[in-house]
Amino acid sequence: MTDTSSSMLNGPQGPKPRKSFSRRNIFLYGTLITITLFYALPLYVMFVTSLKGMPEIRLGNVFAPPLEITFEPWVKAWSQACTGLTCDGLSTGFWNSIKITIPSVVLSIIIASVNGYALSNWKFKGADLFFTILIFGAFIPYQVMLYPIVIMLREIGLYGSLGGLILVHTVFGMPILTLLFRNYFTSLPEELFKAARVDGAGFWGIYTKVMVPMSLPIFTVAMILQVTGIWNDFLFGVVYSSPDNYPMTVSLNNIVNSTQGVKEYNVNMAATILTGLVPLTIYFLSGRMFVRGIAAGAVKG
Amino acid sequence: MSSTRPNQLFRNKSAKIAAIPMIVTALFVFVGGTIWTVVYSFTSSGLLPRLRWVGLDQYERLWATRKWLVSIENLTIYGLCMLVLVFVIGFILAALIDQKIRFEDTIRTVILYPYALSFVVTGLVWQWILNPEFGVQKVVRGWGWESFTFDPLYTADIAIYGVLIAGIWQGSGLVMVLMLAGLRGIDQDVWKASRVDGIPTWKAYIFVIIPMMRPVFITTLVIVVTGIVKIYDLIVAQTGGGPGISTEVPAKYVYDMMFQANNLGQGFAASTMMLVTVALIVIPWAILEFGGSKRHD
Repeated sequence: MTDTSSSMLNGPQGPKPRKSFSRRNIFLYGTLITITLFYALPLYVMFVTSLKGMPEIRLGNVFAPPLEITFEPWVKAWSQACTGLTCDGLSTGFWNSIKITIPSVVLSIIIASVNGYALSNWKFKGADLFFTILIFGAFIPYQVMLYPIVIMLREIGLYGSLGGLILVHTVFGMPILTLLFRNYFTSLPEELFKAARVDGAGFWGIYTKVMVPMSLPIFTVAMILQVTGIWNDFLFGVVYSSPDNYPMTVSLNNIVNSTQGVKEYNVNMAATILTGLVPLTIYFLSGRMFVRGIAAGAVKG
Repeated sequence: MSSTRPNQLFRNKSAKIAAIPMIVTALFVFVGGTIWTVVYSFTSSGLLPRLRWVGLDQYERLWATRKWLVSIENLTIYGLCMLVLVFVIGFILAALIDQKIRFEDTIRTVILYPYALSFVVTGLVWQWILNPEFGVQKVVRGWGWESFTFDPLYTADIAIYGVLIAGIWQGSGLVMVLMLAGLRGIDQDVWKASRVDGIPTWKAYIFVIIPMMRPVFITTLVIVVTGIVKIYDLIVAQTGGGPGISTEVPAKYVYDMMFQANNLGQGFAASTMMLVTVALIVIPWAILEFGGSKRHD
């Protein structure tokens, strides 16, 4: 009944809000605030712990705010913490992760977008069969393909190198990204494609001049998905790289869970935040784009 | 696309070239790799893969190994609890957030951020919070309850529940987001109709809304379950499989056998069992979803 007026005002829809201090609201917001605090707590604990000195940690508890703020744990985590063999902190792992993530993201997005474009606009016989296999492949536990890939990489001389790891990330990013791009390109109006065809543009011409410029949002979604996914990977890093080029997650685990010496919890937590910083920054900056990336994978499975 | 040209193989050549990476991945890595592993699980491969057939020996040995049985038990406990709790929490959160609340974006952002973090980070934070000397146990004892004990990660019987807390913290945001999308997709008229009929809200959720959200539930289920079967990094970071072998999981068993114990055959057999588990869930789902009626495409 108030549909027209509310859409004109562009205000909130639905029934009129009740009194703001009703029992329902107190219960609703009380529950939500409690839950939100539970989720936020670990991030708070990480920060607080990383800013304390060890004597303070031994006396207090994990939730107490720091009495004396020190940045020394951060410095130590970055450049001096020991990973069991060497003591040059997380910095090596960080740069390795950068060297792994950037090429993997670029390569996998280029391959998957061209592939999705071919699948949506230039279907050829058998294309759907390979695509179906690819999508089902996404459900196969990685453990099943772990060793065959070791052999393949050894055959082409990339086992234990950054290049091999980049290739593995590209391969395993392909199902979800291809699905993402195929669905997006299919949703674009076909007239555009036809008009470009009439104008004489070919496969690559249409891709670079029509499709890519029109699809920047989906490229952003794909980038968010891949950067966080590859940065957070642990299994492939352990299996396919060697200690010299371990990604950050692996060095982090080696620093924290190495058994020698006295445990320095503040350094450990500083290292943990440092490792989480890249995906967290992307997450907080990207907002709804991140959600779209997850939903894209879920919509059609 | 529909134009007729003479040469079949070279028709649409660029598209075929563009699809080569997909074809190679699908055939060689996914199909080839899987068949290879299944085949070699029937051999006595040790340090190196060798085609010396031993029939079902690897599987017999696998199911007689205590570490594997503990792994399966842990995965079952973790999986069932995770499934139930993540769905209950995720759905309730989505329903609460769907009440046209203020600060929706802030609340959603906070609940989902753990999902952006890696399992390694998740495991290490919770290892620290559950540390009995400094964490929750110490805080509660500090309040005056001197005998309070809460040290799941140091008690073999309940260690897996310590991992479960971390898993739920990390994963429930995802379910919340998917459920919220499902709730938002429901026609407002359904709510109006149920209100006219005088059905209480909670009843409307259980008997009207949830059945309508079946597709969302099923997709979420498949995503959550495949995630559960793969669980590895969380365990490595948070407990390392300990204390003892009390938090071992199948994925870790596979890694340990292949890359530490030089017992490839066991690794292959264990990973084949993981494949079977996933297949038992994915294949019925795929038949339900795509088998019955061909969708428009």
